[in-house]
Amino acid sequence: MRRERIVNAALAVLLLGFPLWAYWAGEPFLITLATRAAILALAGVGLNLALGTGGLVSLGHAAFFGAGGYAMGVLAWHAQMYAPMNIAGFEIAGTKSMPVIWLVAVLTGALLASLIGALSLRSSGVYFIMLTLAFGQMAYYFAISWPAYGGEDGLSIYVRNGFPGLNTLDPIQFFLLAYAVLMAVIWFMARLQVSPFGLALAAARQSPARVQAVGIGVFRLRLVAFVISGAITALAGAMFADLNRFISPTMLNWHTSGELIVIVVLGGVARLYGPVAGAILLVTLEHVLGGFSDFWQIWLGLGLLAVVLFARGGLVGALAGRAVAHD
Amino acid sequence: MSLVLLLEQVLNGVQLGVMLFLMAAGLTLIFGVMGLINLAHGSLYMVGAFAAAAVSGLTGSFLLGLAAALAAAAAAGALVEMLVIRRLYARDHLDQVLATFALILIFSEGTRWLFGSFPLFLDVPTWLSGPVALPLGIDYPKYRLAVIAVGLAVAGALAWLIGGTRLGVQIRAGEADREMIAALGVDINRLYTLVFALGAALAGLAGALVGAIQSVQVGMGEPVLILAFVVIVIGGIGSIRGAFVGALLVGLTDTLGRVLLPVIMTHIVGPQSAATVGSAVASMAIYILMALVLLVRPSGLFGRT
Repeated sequence: MRRERIVNAALAVLLLGFPLWAYWAGEPFLITLATRAAILALAGVGLNLALGTGGLVSLGHAAFFGAGGYAMGVLAWHAQMYAPMNIAGFEIAGTKSMPVIWLVAVLTGALLASLIGALSLRSSGVYFIMLTLAFGQMAYYFAISWPAYGGEDGLSIYVRNGFPGLNTLDPIQFFLLAYAVLMAVIWFMARLQVSPFGLALAAARQSPARVQAVGIGVFRLRLVAFVISGAITALAGAMFADLNRFISPTMLNWHTSGELIVIVVLGGVARLYGPVAGAILLVTLEHVLGGFSDFWQIWLGLGLLAVVLFARGGLVGALAGRAVAHD
Repeated sequence: MSLVLLLEQVLNGVQLGVMLFLMAAGLTLIFGVMGLINLAHGSLYMVGAFAAAAVSGLTGSFLLGLAAALAAAAAAGALVEMLVIRRLYARDHLDQVLATFALILIFSEGTRWLFGSFPLFLDVPTWLSGPVALPLGIDYPKYRLAVIAVGLAVAGALAWLIGGTRLGVQIRAGEADREMIAALGVDINRLYTLVFALGAALAGLAGALVGAIQSVQVGMGEPVLILAFVVIVIGGIGSIRGAFVGALLVGLTDTLGRVLLPVIMTHIVGPQSAATVGSAVASMAIYILMALVLLVRPSGLFGRT
């Protein structure tokens, strides 16, 4: 346990220290890379609750990631066009304020996750994987065929949304904002994991029948976890869209779901800082290998195969040992 | 909308359905016998299409291309099974998902590296091009009709293979109790490789046949893979009969939905937004179908509970 704490602290310091160094060295692109890693880590932290703690292998989290992205895109687009939305006769103005956008993204993600979860959690195992994948692709095809918000081409947002008291156009300030959100969510996750809810969820992964037998409804437990997981991933999606100032259906494609799983597994399943390690690793590989060859994904694929076949436990597992594993 | 047009769309739906069956049959066999979820099945479809396009481009013979598709996909399947998949049978689903996702990256980027990013074209042979006159005054493309015929023939052959041969007995026994048939002296490793190669060959055949209608490009297998998953979920995992019924249901729903829903929507939301709403709903029709089937039968139409 102590070793994992040291690893966690080192990861937190690394993710904060690198962009600060880049700021000092005058390399804004590297700050943007670190921001990308922090936001992907946040999405991974969301997925890790369902995948790691809950044991629910969701191949549809791109739907929540993209829903958050579209929440940002739609609100900001209406604001930049000065065209209020018309929902059932009510005129609602768009907004360029991040806190409002985040709230809408979280609610959208939670709503979508409760719908997909309620349908998919009736099953388990391979059915659950295929169902989440299928419903995720449904969101993808819907975004492509719905032309109001750019359809296949996506939407561009000209100016990054604002946060009270900060200049979000300054890379280091936007990074610090993303980092603060990531740390707050990780703190929340740490509390959640030792709460009765988190313990019951982990127990339900190991033996659903026993959890049911002591009087805890497994379906409801998993649904709540899935909804929280989807909401966090949607928050990350809204921030990711803000980082790129662009959204497109690609965010909803199932490859995004696969990449989120890769982040969680490379870092270490069910480890608090696993997604942080995974996101740093993936963004680094993307940047370094992508510089060597156009076909860097072959090497990513081969590396991934090697990790799955020969080195289980991910990066945090390799650094901190296996002692913490719950099962 | 005329009856002739509607019947043509029904035929198109059946054609999509039999192609989906070729994909879904392999997936469901592999899951039923080995308990493996194989995301890379779409890559084998792509391998078949590229092999067919390359060989028929070189030799000018469509049939040689088809043979190459079958051989290349089966070989790729057997190789992948022996190198990677074999180590995953005892693992949990997360490892299987991740490893087969890695295989997709390797296959897709490898194909892009070999053939480039531009799509290849596979031409319909002259003896299958042009329309054929069907009863009721329908002119239907000869090639698509041939695709339906091949799909149905393969479905029949598969039913015979599973139901009437020694290999089929072993496959069914493997689904029921793999330890027992290993104890009875069946070489379980060989059986698994064979089943995987068979599934791969079916996917490759589907890729080659569809490749002549659409373009042959990297990533072409993934939309089909998702549809095949929907088919399996509807039909019930592990059931070949379920895969057949599910494939036809999905093929017909998707094709007819795209044609009929914009028309139906005209009466509901008016002509201005009918095309938009109709196409958006049509893109979701099969998933709505899947959700409905699952609400009534959580393990699919022919699934074992």
